[in-house]
Amino acid sequence: MEKNIEQLKAEIENLKAKVTSIENSRKDQLSIAIVSGDLDKILATMIISLAAAASDMKVKLFFSFWALAALRDPRKKVKGKNFISKMFGLMLPKSKDHLKLSKMNMMGMGPMMIKNLMKKKGVYSLDEMFKMAGELGIEITVCEMSMDLMGFKKEEFIDYPNLRFAGAATFIADAAESSVQLFI
Amino acid sequence: MTVEELKQLQVAKSVDARSMACPGPLLEAKKAIGSIKPGDVMEVLSSDVGTTNDIPKWCAKQGHEFLGFYEDSGFYRIYLRKK
Repeated sequence: MEKNIEQLKAEIENLKAKVTSIENSRKDQLSIAIVSGDLDKILATMIISLAAAASDMKVKLFFSFWALAALRDPRKKVKGKNFISKMFGLMLPKSKDHLKLSKMNMMGMGPMMIKNLMKKKGVYSLDEMFKMAGELGIEITVCEMSMDLMGFKKEEFIDYPNLRFAGAATFIADAAESSVQLFI
Repeated sequence: MTVEELKQLQVAKSVDARSMACPGPLLEAKKAIGSIKPGDVMEVLSSDVGTTNDIPKWCAKQGHEFLGFYEDSGFYRIYLRKK
């Protein structure tokens, strides 16, 4: 009898540990890997993130490849870049205010029209959205590998609270414990 | 709740998000909900019809009680009770 109870206790402990690990693997958390640097995709990223944060979800954004252009600060200049890095810097949008639309860009007419419409319809601007994201504790991680690849330096990114620099393993770890994972 | 019942509610806080589009009203609601007591009623004014779908979903997730909404002149009055 006593042995049975001991056994049951052990099993309950075992189950408890399992439940905790399952709970931890499905946190109320949103992870997004953002690869695209198009204005429309970055807007979608920020709107979804803010809606999640408004529902008290933890939000972790992983910016990589073309999306890095959205985090550039045009006022910050860095010296000592090689030719290819300089070319990347020149060819890519200088900041989130210079992003192109994935469709109907029309040499910059499209983004201008969208921004005007957004203002008219009361949609937050990207600047406002990034500011709010910072206030709401949305975490932004810069993919260090793509940063190196394109020759960007840590010093030329926007001022954002706790901007982190990490690799794909960080995204995987964050995504693994999130209940929602997106790729944009 | 019927529209008549909604109109009778004692509103502790009214959030005017009529000039905003998604996700503005939601963020305003989140900001304001901290300033009222559990059991109090909050009203959200929004001209964005999507908000009438988003606020019930938000309430369900946050545990607040969604009470209903009705259309006023060109905007919506949305009601919820804080948990």
